Amino acid sequence: MGMFPDTEGVSFFEYLKRHHPDFLPVNRPWPETRASHGLGEAREPQLSPLPQGTTVLAIKCRGGAVIAGDRRATEGYQIADRRIEKVFKMDEHSAIAIAGAAGPCLEMAKLFQTELEHYEKLEGTQLSCEGKANKLGQMIKANLPMVFQGLVVLPIYVGYDQKRDEGRIFKYDITGARYEESDYHAIGSGGKDARNTMREHFRKQLSTEEALKLALLALYNAAEDDIGTGGPDMVRGIYPTAKLIMVDGIVDVEESRIRDQYVALIASRQKGD
Amino acid sequence: MPLPYYVSPEQMMQDKAEYAKKGIAKGRSIIAMEYTLGVLMVADNPSASLYKISEVYDSIAFSGAGKYSEFENLRKAGIRHADLKGYMYSREDVTARSLANAYSQTLGTIFSQELKPLEVEILVAQVGELGKPNELYRISFDGSIIDERGYAAIGGRSEAIQVFLKDRYKGEEIPTLGQALALSLAALESVTNQKLPFEGLEIAVLDRSRGGRKFRRLSPEEARQVLA
Repeated sequence: MGMFPDTEGVSFFEYLKRHHPDFLPVNRPWPETRASHGLGEAREPQLSPLPQGTTVLAIKCRGGAVIAGDRRATEGYQIADRRIEKVFKMDEHSAIAIAGAAGPCLEMAKLFQTELEHYEKLEGTQLSCEGKANKLGQMIKANLPMVFQGLVVLPIYVGYDQKRDEGRIFKYDITGARYEESDYHAIGSGGKDARNTMREHFRKQLSTEEALKLALLALYNAAEDDIGTGGPDMVRGIYPTAKLIMVDGIVDVEESRIRDQYVALIASRQKGD
Repeated sequence: MPLPYYVSPEQMMQDKAEYAKKGIAKGRSIIAMEYTLGVLMVADNPSASLYKISEVYDSIAFSGAGKYSEFENLRKAGIRHADLKGYMYSREDVTARSLANAYSQTLGTIFSQELKPLEVEILVAQVGELGKPNELYRISFDGSIIDERGYAAIGGRSEAIQVFLKDRYKGEEIPTLGQALALSLAALESVTNQKLPFEGLEIAVLDRSRGGRKFRRLSPEEARQVLA
């Protein structure tokens, strides 16, 4: 590769922007809104700030937080994928769950993960929880032109703040502004349904077991009312995924544990209690 | 405009090499050594915050001897190179060989084209996985690259250290972490002629048994336990 390019920054995102803009998910130009050649009427870009499909959520609990998401990807009225992963570990102390267009979502998760690791290696220390949340906001802001082309990427960020000794949840809007949630949050087409469930059952200082149970219940209820959200698939053995963000790091919740929860939940619904 | 004096290319290269060697000779030494579970790196470095050993990628580590500002720039460039490659292709496609080549190219070009050569020596190590051997590359100020086996040393007294280790590092019997650390310590102490406290050492390992990122620093406390 010849000489190394010499840049002073510690951001991998800025480095790509300057030296390899083709690799960025967000380098497309702002779309033309004028009609060309006088054919038809000028079309305004369609702004749809809500991601289609998906429910992902996060709940605070004692000693950390739970982050979880369903597995369904849709194309219009078709199911495109039954086992897509929407919850991503970013480093030892943070994870994101993404709603929106699948391609740019996966790309942003990969880019943000590289960004955090890049900073940690160059600086010899990790970004603060707040710093990571802000950086993610800047990346979403850079994605704004893509939103006007219908490619929305909206994450929830969950990090363990080692200074405050607690889990923290951040939500975003399409302009990249971040808002901290004090208890729980859910986004995606089934986000409202999941939030309704969590509103009814949430208490402060839930144990991790209770928080996980509530997360899975909220996903189940969202899947009942929202076509874009996949519930537990007992036939194929596909279940929503969840991670625990705790002081010692991130733990994947085993599939068997999630399956057992759903078997119990469905049994209790069949009984009608 | 006065004509510049003629200096033969041989003379010029010789002067540059001498200059660079003088700069490196002032620095302290660093040892990388293979042990049963990976690669151990030990640097004689009294500073607890200015590192000479650093993580580059999942299974790759970097260390630099000589002028701090120069090898620090090379370290950063290496991390960018690795992260870009991992992002473009896949994490397993980032290799020490390609990184060592990039360093060799860069150092070689600077040595031949710039007025002042870089006063650095670089060590790139990769821990082998799935039965593959470990890799140790030593890159000099002029871009020459040497593929080492078992152990490698860079910095001011690297030659003396290599002589010391040549008799004592048994290739057929790979040392444990404790043995490798004791041997590295003895080698460093043999060239400094004094007892080195753990607080004045920078110790890190590339540990094959770790999942994902293999690089880990050992605190003085952990180092004491390893030796005990």
